[in-house]
Amino acid sequence: MEKRATFSSTTIGLLFAAPMLVLIFVFFYWPSGQALYWAFTLEQPWGGGNTWVGLQNFRQLLMDPYYWGAISRSMVFGLGSTSIAMGVALLLALFTDREMRGHKAYRSVFIWPYAIAAPALGLAFRFILAPEAGFLSLINQIWPGLWNPAMDGTDAMIAVIIAFSWKYIGYNFIFFLSALQSIPRSLIEAAAMDGSGPMRRMWDIQLPLLTPTLFFLLVINITESFQDSFGIVDIMTQGGPARATELMVYKIYFDGFKGLDYSGAAAQSIILMGLVVLLTIVQFRFVERRVHYK
Amino acid sequence: MVERTPIFNAICQIVLLIGLLTVLLPFVIVIVAATHDIRAVNTVPMSLVPGSDLFVNLHEAWVRADLGRKLFNSFLFAGAVAAGKVLLSSMAAFAIVYFRFPGRMLMFWLIFITLMLPLEVRIVPTYAVAANALAPFQAILDITGISWLIHQVSGLQVKLEWGLLNSYTGLILPLVATATGTFLYRQFYLTVPDELAEAAKMDGSGPVRFFVDILFPLSKPNMIALFTIMFVWSWNQYLWPLLITTDPNFGIAVTQLKNLIPSEFGLPDWNVAMAGTLIIMAPPLIVVILMQRWFVRGLISTEK
Repeated sequence: MEKRATFSSTTIGLLFAAPMLVLIFVFFYWPSGQALYWAFTLEQPWGGGNTWVGLQNFRQLLMDPYYWGAISRSMVFGLGSTSIAMGVALLLALFTDREMRGHKAYRSVFIWPYAIAAPALGLAFRFILAPEAGFLSLINQIWPGLWNPAMDGTDAMIAVIIAFSWKYIGYNFIFFLSALQSIPRSLIEAAAMDGSGPMRRMWDIQLPLLTPTLFFLLVINITESFQDSFGIVDIMTQGGPARATELMVYKIYFDGFKGLDYSGAAAQSIILMGLVVLLTIVQFRFVERRVHYK
Repeated sequence: MVERTPIFNAICQIVLLIGLLTVLLPFVIVIVAATHDIRAVNTVPMSLVPGSDLFVNLHEAWVRADLGRKLFNSFLFAGAVAAGKVLLSSMAAFAIVYFRFPGRMLMFWLIFITLMLPLEVRIVPTYAVAANALAPFQAILDITGISWLIHQVSGLQVKLEWGLLNSYTGLILPLVATATGTFLYRQFYLTVPDELAEAAKMDGSGPVRFFVDILFPLSKPNMIALFTIMFVWSWNQYLWPLLITTDPNFGIAVTQLKNLIPSEFGLPDWNVAMAGTLIIMAPPLIVVILMQRWFVRGLISTEK
């Protein structure tokens, strides 16, 4: 779509765009280029510039079992939290959309979790899931030692997944509900006239029409699980115990800023960037193709 | 709808109620824990009847995390980032939609592609740029030989330096660029009738006047929606403020949560930690509750 009436002054046009362009150049493109440069070079100790090392940083990473550990943990975290957050949100949205008594209250409360900062809910869940105080400690009184996210890696992973999913239930709910509400009522009514019950309508009409939203949210949730998880992990577990919750972004942060290994961190950034780019491209191709379902 | 399905309706209501509990319970626990004294908060199971120490705990958390200063910084930071995003994206989108100069589409794509470069991913080099925000320009001058030329001609050594660490600028500026905001504004401008621009041009108004007097007032709903989500988003930023502000004068509230984690030794004072959490998570929550319509609208139109 193009405008019929436009202004002809190129200078003024460029001036309008300039602030944004300068910012994205300085804070997006330059650092990304820098990351690329660092990923293929190695900084000499005590200064003296970087020497070109080709793929050595990547080779080193890919042979590092800890890195593979971080990748597989990120996958577990991403898939686990995405399926919980999306599953719960879908169910709640489908039921809220039936507009039974109290649906307005549900509609507003289910959004709340998304307003909470990841580190704040990290701290809240650290308390709620703490083994010695809080609520899950009740389990430990019955079966001593069953739940201890401070010592047991699996428990720690479960804890961060719960915290993250809780927040993204709110996010997914917003999108599911708005997608459901944009389905023409006449479609549902026609199906009801033909004698299909509410469950059947959900399964045969609403869910298929939700596929673009489902797919869109799947990609967003997985990308966010790479990014937004940092605050939760940093507050709840600091990547521990024994690296059990060290996700990819946390490892980049740790290697880059605590270990001062810029080249290694840059190589990890490039790989993660590749993953995000891949996911985004997949999303656009699919959403473009499937969104026109009229 | 048209039929009666009492059993299914009951199941729905039960599921929704469980959902409501799941969403509300953490809030309730945080609030109740913030009212207990240290002994009550550590009893297993903690009583859900509120205690009487709410204000003591709030005060203790306020002092321990220096929240007066930090909340002020947070408001400044989140407000400035959100306002900056609104302003810059409305301007950039204006250039993309209302002008026809070569490279316009390239510009659009340059902005759009930044969606794929989230801050967490490029965090290490972005931090390096923040240490000297003019480094990119210095490098360009060096590579093109301009700094050599200047050195030859005037004997001056070109050294561009502008450190952003531990400053409000450094906190705010790198987060202001936004692809989603630009996209939202672009979509909005495309729905503005062409006749408006034609009429304005006929009356002799230039682009600046058209932007300020016509588009700006028209885009108010857009602005509120974008500002709302961006305010919440910026308030909740963690990694960037954590790195860029080592000086406590510039710290923001969310990064203070780390100082509120109870120590491993002795009886953990979760009551104070939860009181702090309560204060820090309240502002964006209030914004979302009060501005729900705008928040939902902004979120859905930026992400799609």
